[in-house]
Amino acid sequence: MALPLAEVGYYEEWWVQILKGIVIFAVALQLVPIVLIAERKLLGRFQGRYGPNRVGPYGMLQPLADIVKLLTKEQFRPTTSAGLLFALAPGISIVTAVAAFAIIPFGDVQHIGGERVGLYGIDVSIGPLYLFAFGAIAFYGIMLGGWASGSKYSFLGAMRAAAQLISYEVSQGLALVGVIFTAQTLSLTGIVHAQGGMWYIVPQFVGFLIFLTASFAETNRAPFDLTEADAELVGGYNTEFGGGRFASYYFAEYLNVLVVSGIVTTVFLGGWLLPFGVHPPGWVDPIVVLVKMGLVTFFFIWVRATLPRLRYDQLMSFGWKVLLPLATLNALVTAVIVVVSHK
Amino acid sequence: MTWDPGQDVVSVQRAPAPGATRSFWRTFRETMRGLATTMGRWFEGTVTIQYPEEKVPVYPRFRGRHKLHRFEDSDPAHPGLEKCVGCSLCAAACPADCIRVVAAENTPEHRVSAGERYAAVYEINLSRCIFCGYCEVACPFDAITMGHDYELSAYDRSDLIFTKEMLLAEPLERTPLRREGE
Repeated sequence: MALPLAEVGYYEEWWVQILKGIVIFAVALQLVPIVLIAERKLLGRFQGRYGPNRVGPYGMLQPLADIVKLLTKEQFRPTTSAGLLFALAPGISIVTAVAAFAIIPFGDVQHIGGERVGLYGIDVSIGPLYLFAFGAIAFYGIMLGGWASGSKYSFLGAMRAAAQLISYEVSQGLALVGVIFTAQTLSLTGIVHAQGGMWYIVPQFVGFLIFLTASFAETNRAPFDLTEADAELVGGYNTEFGGGRFASYYFAEYLNVLVVSGIVTTVFLGGWLLPFGVHPPGWVDPIVVLVKMGLVTFFFIWVRATLPRLRYDQLMSFGWKVLLPLATLNALVTAVIVVVSHK
Repeated sequence: MTWDPGQDVVSVQRAPAPGATRSFWRTFRETMRGLATTMGRWFEGTVTIQYPEEKVPVYPRFRGRHKLHRFEDSDPAHPGLEKCVGCSLCAAACPADCIRVVAAENTPEHRVSAGERYAAVYEINLSRCIFCGYCEVACPFDAITMGHDYELSAYDRSDLIFTKEMLLAEPLERTPLRREGE
């Protein structure tokens, strides 16, 4: 019987699913501070300085100190803010980021203790759609947060976020369409399996570039961090947030970077596959995925250290006049090639 | 009658407008160049001097905290006596008015300085001092000179009033001195 819901590639026992959920959330929680410290250290190196190096060995405990500091702060709320939404918005950001993390495959189905376990939260048959659905809800976290603050800076940041995210989500989606045409599946594990011969970064290089560029905008990171734009908007949508709520936004931002890195890894960099026909045992798969994610995240930080923030009209014209036509063209050409080569 | 621009026309030379492909390529190339630049900074290494552990050496003429001087113990004429004779020229020269000198007569039994008088009280308020070095210039006996110490923070403002004993004491060498040619 066909359910109106999305099909799921593989079911485990209920207790395995709960365990997987806990493990994935724990992994995400551990990765975020690592990305935090990596970003600050790398930005320092890119600018000829050390970055944080006082807390703990090599400054590695800096994120811990930051979190303790943020969580012990007062929960300040402007009198003009809309109470419930103001408190809810950072939560939406975190929930959507963690939810999107669930579909990143860290490995194939493994046999662990007699159970068959897929090394991913869930293998939905609508992978990219699920991702974009939660990406779209994530806007509400930023939008409502900025709007509910009752501050003009936050409001401007929120409006920019809305316009920017809508513009770039289109290109991001179209960039993935080429991959989906080629792989003939929407399941992320299916897309990884389809890359056995060649990673999609080679045949879909243009799509890769478009997706990567749009991802910078989607995660609100430099050079598209106009929603935060500290120089002109103080802090953008999170101007009025402090303490734990600010920490939530911060957490969500870096988790989003990880999610996007995971998607790039899965869709373009062959997921857990290794090149040159190397087939390591199953337990290596998550390590391979994490290393590839780390490389993509490194690139994110590298670009942040390099490119200045775009002007708002440049952002819009780049999104609509360059990325969107390119992405459309890429999807069309891919479609034609797929149809011709399948005859 | 329409206006005739005649000779007034200034033609502005502009670069040819890049086409879509060329401007795309240019953007891509410049982005790559930027990425190479930032990566180059990484390979160059850091320029940070980690201050409390590492310090920038000061030049010999650096004007830090003042020092008062004595004659050497081996000096034949005035062994071990203070050079300051309490003339208050430094206090007169001081634009920040931070030096206080109270002079007293030397007696044969109680001989402190080489001259007729000596400084019974010599105080410099370092919270007012602007480190201009005029006191050093004004001193006829080279009794006061500017040292190299610049780490002068204190928890209390009164701790920054340095007395004669503190200024005469051999200072802790906390500041590295720049060597010749460094």
